[in-house]
Amino acid sequence: MSRRPVNAPQSPARRRTLKTLGIAGGAAATGLAPTLFPRAYAQSEPIRIGAQFHRTGIGASYGRWYERTATAAVKLINDEGGINGRPLELVVEDDGTDPKRGAEVVEKFATQHKVDVAYGTLFSHVVIGSSPRAGELKLPYVVVSEGYHVASGALNRYVFQPGITDVRSQVISMAPWVTANLGKKVTMIFPDYAFGHDHRDYFSQAVIALGGEMLELIAIPPTESSFTRYLPRIPSDTEVLYHVMVGPGVLTFVKELGEHFGSNRPEIFGFIDSLEAVDLATPQLEFLEGTYFWEGNPRYAQPDQTEHDKFYRAAVGVDDNGASVNDPKDVSTYAHMFGCWETLFIIKQAMEACNYSGPADRGAFVEAMEALERFEEGREHPQGEKVFDARIHQSFGHQFISRVKDSRLEVVHRTAIEDGLYEAEADYTTMAL
Amino acid sequence: MGDGAKSLLLHGAILLSLFGLQFVLPEYHQLAVTRILLLAVFAMGYNLLFGYTGLLSLGHAMFFGAGMYGAGLSAYHLGWAVPSAMLLGVACGALLALLVGLVALRTTGVAFMIVTLMISQVGYLATVYFTTWTRGDEGLVMPEAARSFTLFGHTWLLTDPVTRYNLALILLAIAMAVLLWVARGRFGRALVAVRENEDRTRMLGYHTFVIKLKALLLSGAVSAAAGAAYALMFAYIGSSFTTIQYSIDPLLYTLLGGAGTVAGPVLGTFLMFYLVDYASELTNAYLLVTGIVLVVLVLFFPRGILGAIRERWLRWLP
Repeated sequence: MSRRPVNAPQSPARRRTLKTLGIAGGAAATGLAPTLFPRAYAQSEPIRIGAQFHRTGIGASYGRWYERTATAAVKLINDEGGINGRPLELVVEDDGTDPKRGAEVVEKFATQHKVDVAYGTLFSHVVIGSSPRAGELKLPYVVVSEGYHVASGALNRYVFQPGITDVRSQVISMAPWVTANLGKKVTMIFPDYAFGHDHRDYFSQAVIALGGEMLELIAIPPTESSFTRYLPRIPSDTEVLYHVMVGPGVLTFVKELGEHFGSNRPEIFGFIDSLEAVDLATPQLEFLEGTYFWEGNPRYAQPDQTEHDKFYRAAVGVDDNGASVNDPKDVSTYAHMFGCWETLFIIKQAMEACNYSGPADRGAFVEAMEALERFEEGREHPQGEKVFDARIHQSFGHQFISRVKDSRLEVVHRTAIEDGLYEAEADYTTMAL
Repeated sequence: MGDGAKSLLLHGAILLSLFGLQFVLPEYHQLAVTRILLLAVFAMGYNLLFGYTGLLSLGHAMFFGAGMYGAGLSAYHLGWAVPSAMLLGVACGALLALLVGLVALRTTGVAFMIVTLMISQVGYLATVYFTTWTRGDEGLVMPEAARSFTLFGHTWLLTDPVTRYNLALILLAIAMAVLLWVARGRFGRALVAVRENEDRTRMLGYHTFVIKLKALLLSGAVSAAAGAAYALMFAYIGSSFTTIQYSIDPLLYTLLGGAGTVAGPVLGTFLMFYLVDYASELTNAYLLVTGIVLVVLVLFFPRGILGAIRERWLRWLP
């Protein structure tokens, strides 16, 4: 196997070449055309992807579906010739949804499993706790977290989030539709920790910029199990109640919200994060009928479902209701897990662009990732097209707003990519490799 | 050879072996052992209170967290150099231990467990509540400036695994020396007296509250040193390190290795770390495997591994 040094200075010409290759690779990857690579690679050493999944801990329901999605994408990539003629292999380690274990797993990937890339982490604290080790071990760490931590510039050059949008982008892209269609007087209920604060800060700013008014910001302490004492703080002239509650308390929250409002309620808008992997037909959730949700990707197959979504849904084993084809009660985390699918194709695209041959090429892989600019909607990107800002290692894409009707989610609006754009506040590409 | 000499020889050999390990260990295990050494320091701090003084705390994560946040926040927000941040972390742990001791040591037994658990929970919630400075559950990554420091005319790179390993080993050696000094001295005997029969110790003229307070102070400071070093060496602080799990872990390390032995927590930390590491490769139910192993150990070695060895063969083991 030929390996070339990555420590040599990279000239601008080389970067341009990588960019060109990236675009060409993208065009190839997004087509439905025949495979570029021979199917037989029995003699080739696999490209190893260290998959850091939440098999246990609070993120386990997400982790289960992230793993299924990644496994399906790997199968497709291998069926079609692998990467640079080499098969792809997932090396899965459980991080227990714990940042300490997460950092240990990243060390294990880099030094024991000797994977080419680490990938797949969701929960923000695991990503943030693991990323210093990934950066210092010079292991590309491609996460599917939706947190703003990558785009904020707080991490390092080896951390990417190209397959899913971040919470800041998601939140600000909701504001135009919410204020135009549901109301301009908004009250927010959110968990009183960093994830909730991102919602509070960015949505409030966006609403005020659009001429709306934030009436009340109600923070719920993370240990709270009953919400009745917070609900009277919702002002009576609230037009829109924005909620984002994560964790096992969400069913109680919705039930108590219903008891508080009865039939006389404001418009209600929430983030589906609270109810990923939860069946909307659950009796306690009846109150959600007629309310609205953000979805990263529509859980229920829509009448205008694309061929790409149909293909992706079948490949992962998800039915038209967003549940496992083997068990209708096993509801997926459909709004997020597409990121695992798309990220693997992006890794493939970058590896092909830099002719990746092994860990010695990790630096070239980072530069190839930074040369990517756009991902077209297609089988590899079933959620929709995206633009990639190399400075902040973050993708921007479309979002969906859905209404609950007959315990199903019906898409009522798809945002434009521009709705979620914001000015980059960092530039990872200036950091040393 | 006297018991003291045997003891010094044994613990010197342990430290020498740990020093030598870095030259033969594969890269991953060198990184893993660095973490183990720091967690072992935490467990040794815990053992001082539990193993020697007989006080079972369910809130030691607050001391680990005090060290972690004292060092981490001063490095992150104030730009403090690593040595001063480390010292501040230890001081935070000692101060917290003093304050907690003044309240919690008025209780004993189950009440002490509950009080320490509740105060520790307050500590966890504080890290989440003051998210403007701590970023709560998400945590903070240490700045580039805190990844190296200059001391004794030499620049130490915390990004270098060999440097990290040896600094962790130095911290362990200091903790071990302190524990040996305590275990073999008058203070240690007073602690054991409190553990075995506090009323009788008081009757003999000892101020047992002060003895327990000193033990908690030392235990908190050692635990905080581990937390401060963990933050600075691995460049991350976050609220998860102050949850109940991090109060239970040192208890398990100590029970497994042998409560009331100086080297027991080190052995227990090694075994628990690798048990989880290997079992998680085999099954998702690795915590079940860990639990079963612990139950078996407690059934057959109720005093832990080194405790059993001391009871049967090495009576001089401190």
